[in-house]
Amino acid sequence: MALCTECEAEITLESSTEVGEIIQCPDCGLDLEVISVEPAELAPAPEEEEDWGE
Amino acid sequence: MRIGILCSLVRKEEKLLFDAFRSRGLDFVRIDDREVILDLHQRRWEFDVILERCINHSRALHTLRYFNDCGVRTVNTYEVASTCGDKLLTTLALIRDGIPTPPVLVAHTPESALQAIERLGYPVVLKPAVGSWGRLLSKVNDREAAEAILEHKETLGSYHHSIFYIQKYVEKHGRDIRSFVVGDQTICAIYRTSPHWITNTARGGVATNCPVTGEVNEISVRAAKAVGGGVVAIDLFETPDGLMVNEVNYTMEFRNSIDTTGVDIPARVVDYVIEVGRK
Repeated sequence: MALCTECEAEITLESSTEVGEIIQCPDCGLDLEVISVEPAELAPAPEEEEDWGE
Repeated sequence: MRIGILCSLVRKEEKLLFDAFRSRGLDFVRIDDREVILDLHQRRWEFDVILERCINHSRALHTLRYFNDCGVRTVNTYEVASTCGDKLLTTLALIRDGIPTPPVLVAHTPESALQAIERLGYPVVLKPAVGSWGRLLSKVNDREAAEAILEHKETLGSYHHSIFYIQKYVEKHGRDIRSFVVGDQTICAIYRTSPHWITNTARGGVATNCPVTGEVNEISVRAAKAVGGGVVAIDLFETPDGLMVNEVNYTMEFRNSIDTTGVDIPARVVDYVIEVGRK
C-alpha cells in the first residue's frame, strides 16, 4: 500500500502493476507514476512534454 | 535471446507487450530513457534486439541512433523514427515512392506561409512538423484565421512552430482509417470516427473494425516500406480518387484496436521483434 502524494489516500497496487505505470488516485484523481512495486511507492506523474506522442 | 525494451512510462501498450514476451517465456531488460547514460565510446552491447517504446521522440531518436551505430538491431530503426517523427520527412518519403498523399507546402516565415496557404486554397491544415496525438493542429478556413494563427505561432511558439507544414485539407466525412503494419503485412485496421475533423482516438475518435482490403494492405505496406519498414501505423484518408496516406507513426498505440479488430497486436509485434533478433 502507498499514499497518494497529493491527498494521502491509501492506494493498494494490483499484483500486475509495473514500475513506470501511471495510475490515478481514486480519491483526488491525480495521475501518479509507480516508482516501486515492492515496497509500493508513488510520485506525481510527469507533465506531458512537447515531443510526447506516438 | 537478449531483448531490451527502451521505454520510460508504462502505458497499456507496454504492459501488453511485456505480457506477450513473458507468455513466450522470454525475459527482457527494461532500459528507462530517463535513467540511461549513453557512453558514446562504449560500442559493445549484449542485446540481440531492442524494442523502442519511448514517449519522448527526441530520446527515442538519440538512443536508437546510438544503438544502431553500435550494431544493435532495433524495432524500429533510427531511420524509421527519424522519418516518421518529422512530417516533412514522412511526406518526402511517400512522394519519393509515388504513394498518394495530400498536397503539402512548407514555409519558414509567416509571410511566405500565408502565400503558401493562399496558393493551396482554403481550407488547409497547419501542423507542427514534429508532434502527435493531434495536438496543435489548426484547420484554417479563411485568410483572417490564417493571419491570426501564423502570428500566434510566431509570437508564442518555440522556433520549430515557425516551420510551417501546410497540408491541403482533405474532406474525410467524419472518419479516417488507421492500419497497422508489421513487417510486410497489414495485420489489421480500424476506422476512426468523430464528428470533429480531428479523429485521433486520443482526441475522442471512436474505433471500429475496418476490413483489410487489398487496397488498404497495398498502400499501407508501401507506406511502411517508404519510411524504412518495421512496425508502424498508417493514417489513411478515403478520397474519391482512392486511398491517400496522411501520416505514418513509428511507436504506435493500439489499446483501442485489439478488441475492435480481434487481432492480438502485441503478440504480432513480439513475433516480429523475435524475428529481427534472430537475423
